[in-house]
Amino acid sequence: MLLFIEQILNGLQLGIMLFLMSAGLTLIFGIMRIINLAHGSFYMIGAYVAATVASYTGSFLLGLLAALPAAALSGMLVELIVFRKLYNRDHLDQVLATFGLILFFNELTRIIWGRQPLFMDVPSWLSHTVELIPGIPYPSYRLAIIFVGIMVALLLYLLFTRTRLGMQIRAGAANREMIAALGVNIKLLNTLVFGLGTLLAGLAGIMAGPILAVEAGMGESILILTFVVIVIGGIGSIKGAMIAAILVGLVDTLGGFLLPSLLRLFLPAATADGAGMSLASMSVYILMAVILIWKPRGLFPVQG
Amino acid sequence: MPFDASRFRTRTGVLLITGLLFLLLLPPVSSVMNESYLVSFFSRILIYALAAVSLDLIIGYGGMVSLGHAAFFGIGAYGVGFLTFHFQESTLFIFGFEGTDNALISWPFAIVFSAALAAIIGALSLRTSGIYFIMITLAFSQMFYYLFVSLEAYGGDDGLSLWSRNRLGPLDISNDTVFYYVCLVSLLVFLFISWRLVHSRFGRVVRGTRENELRMQTLGYATYRYKLVCFTIAGAGAGLAGALLANQNEFVSPGLMHWTHSGEILVMVLLGGMGTLFGPVLGAMAFLLMEEVLAAWTEHWMVFLGPFLIIVVLFAKKGLYGLLTGERHE
Repeated sequence: MLLFIEQILNGLQLGIMLFLMSAGLTLIFGIMRIINLAHGSFYMIGAYVAATVASYTGSFLLGLLAALPAAALSGMLVELIVFRKLYNRDHLDQVLATFGLILFFNELTRIIWGRQPLFMDVPSWLSHTVELIPGIPYPSYRLAIIFVGIMVALLLYLLFTRTRLGMQIRAGAANREMIAALGVNIKLLNTLVFGLGTLLAGLAGIMAGPILAVEAGMGESILILTFVVIVIGGIGSIKGAMIAAILVGLVDTLGGFLLPSLLRLFLPAATADGAGMSLASMSVYILMAVILIWKPRGLFPVQG
Repeated sequence: MPFDASRFRTRTGVLLITGLLFLLLLPPVSSVMNESYLVSFFSRILIYALAAVSLDLIIGYGGMVSLGHAAFFGIGAYGVGFLTFHFQESTLFIFGFEGTDNALISWPFAIVFSAALAAIIGALSLRTSGIYFIMITLAFSQMFYYLFVSLEAYGGDDGLSLWSRNRLGPLDISNDTVFYYVCLVSLLVFLFISWRLVHSRFGRVVRGTRENELRMQTLGYATYRYKLVCFTIAGAGAGLAGALLANQNEFVSPGLMHWTHSGEILVMVLLGGMGTLFGPVLGAMAFLLMEEVLAAWTEHWMVFLGPFLIIVVLFAKKGLYGLLTGERHE
C-alpha cells in the first residue's frame, strides 16, 4: 500500500512533466496549426544548459535562470528562421522540416557536449525526503516538481483568462484571420507563443535533469508521450493537456507496477512478469486507442 | 501542350530504362571493378527503396501522412526473425507451429503479419485525419518499438541474430549477388503492382479522396475503406522490405521500428519526389549514398543533413524525380 501511494506520486510527477511539455506544444498547434516534432529539442536544450551552468557554478538556481531564457530564445530564433516559412505549408512539410531540426539539434549537442550523458545533482536544499503522509518518505525534489507544475498551471490559467495577451492567444486559436484583421500583430503573437511553449519545454527539461541522464535524443522519448497526451486531451486545449497528462503519467507509472502483480493471479510468475512488462509498455497507447474509438478528437476538442 | 507532354514522356522513359539497366548491370560491373561490396550496399538500397515506394502509396497518393511506417518494416523483419529463431532453437512458435528457414513460408508470413497489423492500426488511426493522424501513427509505431524492446524471449533491446539467410527454393541467397537480384525482382514486382494500383479505378478513388474527401463521399464512395485498403497494401509492401532486410543483415532489432527510422524512410520519399512511385527509388539511393559519403567524412554528418532537409522541404519539393524528368509530382 505504501509503495502504491509512492507510485501514485511518481505518476503525478511524470504527469506534471508531460503537462509542461504538452501545454506548450498544444498552444503551438492550436494557434499556428503547425506540427512541431522538434519540441523535445528545447526540452533537451533546457536540460543541457542547466546541467552545464549548474556544474560550473555549483548552483541549481543559476542553472535554472540561465536555461529558461536559453530555451525561450532558441525557440523564438527557430520560429523566426524556420517556422515562419512553414505556417502556410501542409503538415507533411512541417513534419519533414522539424524532423530536420531534430537531427540538427541532436547532432549539435553531440558535437558540443560529446556522446557521454551529463549528470546533474539534485540541489542540496531539496535533497532530503519529507513525510507528506506519515510513514511514506518521499524525495522533496520530486514534490517540488509537482508543486512547480501546479504553479505553472495556475499561472497559465491566469494568463489566459485575465490578461490581454491571453485573450489574444485564445482569439488566435479560434480565428487567426479575424484577429489579424482586427489589428493584432499576429507575427509577434506567434513568436511570443512559440517562446512561451519552448520556455515550458525548457523548464521540464531542467527539472528532468537531476532525475534522468542529460543526453542527446532525450527529448524524443518524452515527445512521443507528449503527443499521446495531446491526442487524448484534444489538440489546442490546455485543460485537456492537464487532465490527459496526469492520466498518462499515472497509467504509465502504475501500469509497470500493477500489471505484473495483477497477471500473477492468473498466470505462472515468470510468464506473468514478462507479459505484464509487455502490457505495461503498451498501456499508454492502448489507453489512447480506447479514447480515440470513443472520442476521435480527444477528450476536450477545441472548436475551430 | 501535347508537344511538351510527349517530350517529358521520352525523358521519363530514358530515365527509367537507364535506371533499370544500371540496376541490372550493377553486380557484373562491380565484380569487374573488384568492388563487390557495392552489391551488398545496393541490396540495402533496393530494400529501402521498396519500403519508400510503399510509403509513397499512402503519402503521395493517399495523402495520409503516416509517421509510423517503420513499424511495419520492423514487423516484417521480426516475422522472419521469429520463424528463423524458432527453427534455430527447434522450439515451437505460437499455436503449435514450428519455426522454419524456408523463405517461401516465412516471407509470406512476414507480409501477412505486417498487413494484418497495418489493417488494425489503420482502422484505428484512419478515424482521424491531419495532425491527429500523424501523431497517432507515430505513437502506435512507438508502441510496437517498446513492445519488442520488452520481449526478453526474443532478445529484447539487443534483437535477434539469424545464423544464416533463409532458403529460397533452388536459389542460394546467401550469395550476395543472387540476393541482390531477389531484392531487385521484389522491388520491380511491387513497383508493377503499385503502378497498376494507382492507375486503376481504386487508385483514382484514393487520389480523389486525397484531393477532396467530402466530395468523394458525396459521390457515394466509402472513402474510409479505400484508405484502409491502401494503408494495408502499403503495410504489406513494408513487410516484404522488412523480411528482405532481416535476410540482408541476418539480424533484427527493435531499432528498426523506432520512429526516427520512419522519418528516414519519409525523407527518402521526399528526396525522390512524392506521388511518383519511381521517385522514392531514387530517393532511397540518394539518401543512403549521402549517408555513406558523409559518414565517411565526419561522424557528425547529421548536423548537415538536418538543415539540408529543411532547405529541400522549403525550396525543392519536386524531388529528384521531378528534377530529372521535368514532370510535376502528383
